[in-house]
Amino acid sequence: MDNSKNICSIFSEKAKAVSAVVTKVPTIQAAFEYAADLCRQNDPVSGQAVKNGTPPPQNQGPRSVETQKIVAAPGLDSGLYAEFEKICGANDLTLTNKGLRDHLTGVAMGFTIADYGIAETGTLVINCPSEELRLSTMICDIHVAVLPMSRIRKSAYDLEPELTKMFKNSPDYTSFITGASRTADIERVLALGVHGPLELHILLMEEK
Amino acid sequence: MQKAENIKKYKREVDGALANDFLRLAMDKFAVAYRGSRENVFSGMDVNGIIAEVAGAKDAAIARMDELYELFKQNAEKAGITVHLAETALEANEIICKIAKDNDVSKIIKSKSMTAEETLLNHHLEANDLEVTETDLGEWIIQLRHEGPSHMVMPAIHLSRNQVGELFTDVTGKQQPSEDIDHLVKVARQQLRQKFIEADMGISGANFALADTGTLGIITNEGNARLVTTLPRVHVALVGLEKLMPTLHDALTVNRVLPRNATGQAITSYVTWISGPNECKADATGRKQMHIVFLDNGRRKLAKDPVFSQVLRCVRCGACANVCPVYRMVGGHQMGHIYIGAIGLIMTYFFHGRDKAKNLVQNCINCGACKSVCAAGIDLPGLIKEVHARILDETGHPLTSVMLSKVMQSRELFHRFLRYASFAQKPVVGKTGYIRHLPMIFAREHDFKAIPAIAERPFREIWESVRPSVENPRYRVALFSGCVQDFVYPEQLVAGLQAMAGHGVAVDFPMDQNCCGLPLQMMGEKSAAREVAAQNVAAIDPDQYDYIVTLCASCASHLKNAYPKILDPDSIAGTKAKQFSDKIISFSSFMNDVIQVRQDEFTRSDETVTYHAPCHLCRGLGVKDAPHELIQKAGVFAPAQEEETCCGFGGTYSGKFPQISKEILNRKLDDVKQTGADILVTECPGCVMQLRGGAEKRCDSFRVLHMAEFLAKQRK
Ligand code: SF4
Ligand code: SF4
Repeated sequence: MDNSKNICSIFSEKAKAVSAVVTKVPTIQAAFEYAADLCRQNDPVSGQAVKNGTPPPQNQGPRSVETQKIVAAPGLDSGLYAEFEKICGANDLTLTNKGLRDHLTGVAMGFTIADYGIAETGTLVINCPSEELRLSTMICDIHVAVLPMSRIRKSAYDLEPELTKMFKNSPDYTSFITGASRTADIERVLALGVHGPLELHILLMEEK
Repeated sequence: MQKAENIKKYKREVDGALANDFLRLAMDKFAVAYRGSRENVFSGMDVNGIIAEVAGAKDAAIARMDELYELFKQNAEKAGITVHLAETALEANEIICKIAKDNDVSKIIKSKSMTAEETLLNHHLEANDLEVTETDLGEWIIQLRHEGPSHMVMPAIHLSRNQVGELFTDVTGKQQPSEDIDHLVKVARQQLRQKFIEADMGISGANFALADTGTLGIITNEGNARLVTTLPRVHVALVGLEKLMPTLHDALTVNRVLPRNATGQAITSYVTWISGPNECKADATGRKQMHIVFLDNGRRKLAKDPVFSQVLRCVRCGACANVCPVYRMVGGHQMGHIYIGAIGLIMTYFFHGRDKAKNLVQNCINCGACKSVCAAGIDLPGLIKEVHARILDETGHPLTSVMLSKVMQSRELFHRFLRYASFAQKPVVGKTGYIRHLPMIFAREHDFKAIPAIAERPFREIWESVRPSVENPRYRVALFSGCVQDFVYPEQLVAGLQAMAGHGVAVDFPMDQNCCGLPLQMMGEKSAAREVAAQNVAAIDPDQYDYIVTLCASCASHLKNAYPKILDPDSIAGTKAKQFSDKIISFSSFMNDVIQVRQDEFTRSDETVTYHAPCHLCRGLGVKDAPHELIQKAGVFAPAQEEETCCGFGGTYSGKFPQISKEILNRKLDDVKQTGADILVTECPGCVMQLRGGAEKRCDSFRVLHMAEFLAKQRK
């Protein structure tokens, strides 16, 4: 028990060091509340490019008032999805779990449940052969990932059997995600959100 | 890209780079910042242990390249991937072009792939009317500017935000404020997102190809590779055969070092593992069309080469450029063709040919900084010299180096030549001990440092008069002087004897010793280097001595590390060379660790003393603490920030690239100046020559002393 606590705190420390926001939540419902609250308050930054259409406007400002912010959560089972949808509705947000190719210029938030965590580097492991799930972690401004604390391992080596099993079950697409999308390609100055999410929030979920 | 046809043009391009103030400043900042962040991210880890693990894993995989390819292919095909093997760069490009045509592709997006740069894939695709967009920010920037990368990990490091701002203003047709990098990055995000949406095909590279599951592993920070491999209906990965690894475990091991070594990160933002064609709603079948093109381009031959197979260990972290003093001065476009840095000098020869490599390989100062950080433990400076020697063998050795190597192989001829030089220089030396007026051919480029005159009497002539007589010696020691101390700085050797006095050291100076051979090795004259090595091993019988002490770090490192390798290990000479090598010790180590001089033997003055660690001492021999401890015993130590950075001498290097040597020296002297020290101590006559000559020319206030001179001066 002490050991697992220790692993959790290493995970938090390492994830925070790469600009992830790490918070503990008691239940999945608390995670929904957190996400919806965050999304409501946040200014969207994604551009509005369209398939084969006119080039995107150069300035990203807030989206026009009549469009609701979209939250994508393709990985949730129907029961949880319904609960989250209610909370999103109360916050003036639209929840979706499909058709993300219609929103490639960006959605306000992607909400996922991570498969594993790697403490040594503060890394999330997300198995995402489903295209919708994959896209939800790529095209969102903010990525919120719930990580059950029991799923944290010390190092990537400790996940070798699990990962190899996923890889063998092809086709497979598995992502290690550590912090937000970043670049230092201009004058070596760190900038977040060059292609993927600008923010990563990790919600460590306590055991029931 | 390096395209100079001859060394003269190459030097002109180097001059251009040296005059680029932004580049110089950026590189300087980067070099210093990198050192700190690498140290941090590896703190508490057994770096050398992990590097050895990476080297072992890569070597094992390289040896099984063909077998791993077959295994990968089997597993990948089972999963529904089409696997191709391209023998040459052109073949790879043609395969990829055909995949595009077969699938009615018109727009392509790419994530970063050094392998695709190696094959010049973009040119090929564009020539076939395909629109290709690089999506890695740095790659996109240089693509828009029609330039090659100047670093493997940070391809646009040579550009300022203003240049990027202007470029984006052009691209968007709208003024973009260039001071705000965050804003520029968002502009790129928007522009490129549109490209992602429109593309029919995505091309990626891969860092790993796992044979047992047919999985590709891709490392990125930006996340562009995820979009490249997800959005378009076709995915093609171009992968060098050396990326094949047996299992995930090997890849995870590499991944522990690669990002740390590349950018000081424990891990990159994204590591993506793809096994088989995944769901893709852009394709009518609902699944991705997936192809993997493995590139040979000489790799299978290389894998079987006993000397060069280690080149394939490279994991493309770029660290060998980050620490290279030459890269720091001239940037990537002068330090590689497509692959940059130390490994770039080598790979250019194998992947892009002799003509592109022949100038580049000469631009290595042999400081060993790259080797000491290489994620895969590759002997980079050794291989650079080896490539140089091969090119000379293929194209003919220049007359001067042939003559010099002939002369040096005969000790007597060589020493007579040096004596003659001391006579001939008389009219230009005057009373200062420096050559004041160089002949015109040298003068212009070499005037950054005062060049010392050849001593009136070499050490070998005064030896009998300074030879210590010791009764009941504790140690029997042979002195290996090296040419520079023998003929230019005999006083350093005399000081060395004074510093040892009273400790029961019986010193011998075997007269038949010759040049250690390092300069010959540097010139690519391998057989001459082997010949003088054999002479020295014969001249100094290791059996007769406890130690062979040398006051020249470059000689010491060459004698110790290179001799057992260059003399056939299976021959008698080779066995002797090993015994000889075992006895070699640097002056500091001998004084501090063997005879253990004490603080109370010295008068400690108030003068502050800083230290320059010769490359061949701190990295070549791994001697770091002994010099510090000696200085502390005899004076007040003020460490310099860049103590271990090369001084720019590099023997024949400073003769070949005086402009670069000069700039490296200037940085070095500035760093020394910052310490406010009165004395700069070092332990190699070459470094003394460079540093003292430079300080004299710049009128710096500190004095430059060899460690032996400093200790002799402070002795009670
Ligand atoms: S030995 Fe030194 S100069 Fe040569 S490539 Fe390596 S770091 Fe650069
Ligand atoms: S040679 Fe070594 S240091 Fe250079 S890029 Fe390759 S692995 Fe990195």
